[in-house]
Amino acid sequence: MSVKKDSKWKRIVFHIILLISVVIAVYPALRVFGTSLRPGDSLHSTSLAIIPDDATFDAYKTLIFDKGFLIWLRNSLLVTFFTVVIGVSLASTAGYVFSRKRFPGRKSGLTFFLLTQMFPATMLLLPMYILLAQFGLTDQTVVVPFLGMAKAHIGLIIMYSSTALPLCVWQMKGYYDTIPESLEEAALVDGLNQFQAFYKIILPLAKPALVITALFSFMTAWNEYMVARVVMTDNSLYTLPVGLTNLAGQFNTAWAEFAAASVLIMLPVMAVFLLLSRFLVGGLTLGGVKG
Amino acid sequence: MSQSDENLRFTSALSNFSIKDFWREHKFSYMMLLPAFIVVLFVVIYPFFYNFRLAFSNLNMYNMRQFIQSDQLSYIGIDNFIQIITESSFWIILLRTVAWTVINVVAHVGFGIFYAIILDRDLMFKSIYRTLLVIPWAIPQYIVVLIWKGMFNFRYGAVNLLLRKIGVPGVAWLSQASTGFSAALIVNIWLGIPFMMMIALGGLQSIDPNFYEAAEIDGASNWQQIKHITLPLLKPVMLPAVILGVVWTFNNLRVIYLLTQNTLTNKIDILVTHVYRSAFEFYRYGYAAAFSLIIFVILLVWAISFIDYINED
Repeated sequence: MSVKKDSKWKRIVFHIILLISVVIAVYPALRVFGTSLRPGDSLHSTSLAIIPDDATFDAYKTLIFDKGFLIWLRNSLLVTFFTVVIGVSLASTAGYVFSRKRFPGRKSGLTFFLLTQMFPATMLLLPMYILLAQFGLTDQTVVVPFLGMAKAHIGLIIMYSSTALPLCVWQMKGYYDTIPESLEEAALVDGLNQFQAFYKIILPLAKPALVITALFSFMTAWNEYMVARVVMTDNSLYTLPVGLTNLAGQFNTAWAEFAAASVLIMLPVMAVFLLLSRFLVGGLTLGGVKG
Repeated sequence: MSQSDENLRFTSALSNFSIKDFWREHKFSYMMLLPAFIVVLFVVIYPFFYNFRLAFSNLNMYNMRQFIQSDQLSYIGIDNFIQIITESSFWIILLRTVAWTVINVVAHVGFGIFYAIILDRDLMFKSIYRTLLVIPWAIPQYIVVLIWKGMFNFRYGAVNLLLRKIGVPGVAWLSQASTGFSAALIVNIWLGIPFMMMIALGGLQSIDPNFYEAAEIDGASNWQQIKHITLPLLKPVMLPAVILGVVWTFNNLRVIYLLTQNTLTNKIDILVTHVYRSAFEFYRYGYAAAFSLIIFVILLVWAISFIDYINED
């Protein structure tokens, strides 16, 4: 890590720049929080203050007890959990061979994964919907009763794991590139097979990258709504984003509730981000150094 | 592995090629790749070819039901493509999309590297700054856009309140194309900086500090060190991120679509929002499919020439 000493004045300038930037970065999030605390009758205010004078948690109460928030939360958790598990397992294996092995089709495989990022979402959305419908994966029938998991959720899980996959594969490959190959060579000499060497030696070392990959998949599934809006038709199957945008109906939006829901959706993501921020530097290694 | 190495291996493999050996050597690689490949095939490649089919048809609201029921399409050849390219709005939207992409990515990378360089220095509280600066990335995008939409409100929005405080009259951001486009740029630039900042920070940490020490001894100024050491060494790390950044920005549906909903609607459309509207608001599926294909080809051509240009450099 390169650490450079600066003169006192320079440091003050840096602090001022950073402070202003932090305010700009954080203000919108705080603003939503403030809105969520407003009572129903004072939504339009011309004050820049965050916490309103007559703050109340009413919106949260209505949201949790009167609207379907808890069911949407369960659906989102379900879809997100499986997306992360599938995304991480597929990306960690595929990224590994892209980094370590030389086989026919390696270069084109990597390019192929990059290419998939260039398809505009609109190009995939309609065919994807028709495809899922043909496989019965837009059905609202519940298949795993005690989890409340419907066929349509399985459709979403498949979609989300694959949208995040190309980026995750590149990301994992970039990190594996930084782990010395001599480690597996030693493991192979010690009698482990290729998969064991990968699973027991390399995978634990790749933890920072795994965390980032999990984070990417988590964000994809947790935040997506363009597809979910098309696939989900039943209120009880909504994921959070779909439920949230339904709160912001065409007319007469309950802004305080909307803001409260936004806060509740944002909080887990921000918490995860803050917890993992030490992994973000170093764990994020798109592409890496080797070709 | 160098090119000649790979060639050598290729020729030796060719001279005593047998499927059995080939399979034994590469079985592990292909088995490990298979699951990822199947998923991507199912979700990306199949729809791609499906879309290809739709692009040559006149599928729309009126014959959609028939298509779902009987899989019947009436093909109209390349009419969709001709129609798109001869529309004058296509070229305007294309230009706007290019401007949108260039401004965004330059700002993302510029600010990203700028913050990374500051945060890489010896500063108090820098890990707190770093954590807080990542927050725009951590908020779900559709929420971000709706928040900013509120902040650009003429009377109650935070942006105008702030402007009035410093004595500038408020701007009706979302009622004209030019200010609306600036608003969209502000939102998207705000959104994209943290990603580039983190990539650049990771890159900075991989730079050997000895380079700086050597430069210091040679009497290089801070600025010279950044120009001659930091930026060139960051290049390989930033390149994949820049390529992805361009593709993502070019295809960014949410920011412009959500920001202009019920206000500017199609006045500041970029290519993808135009397609989304054609498909899901006007139900011109065939036209939208052809348009999507054109977008893909534009990006593909750009990516190939860009990567070639980089490799030659």
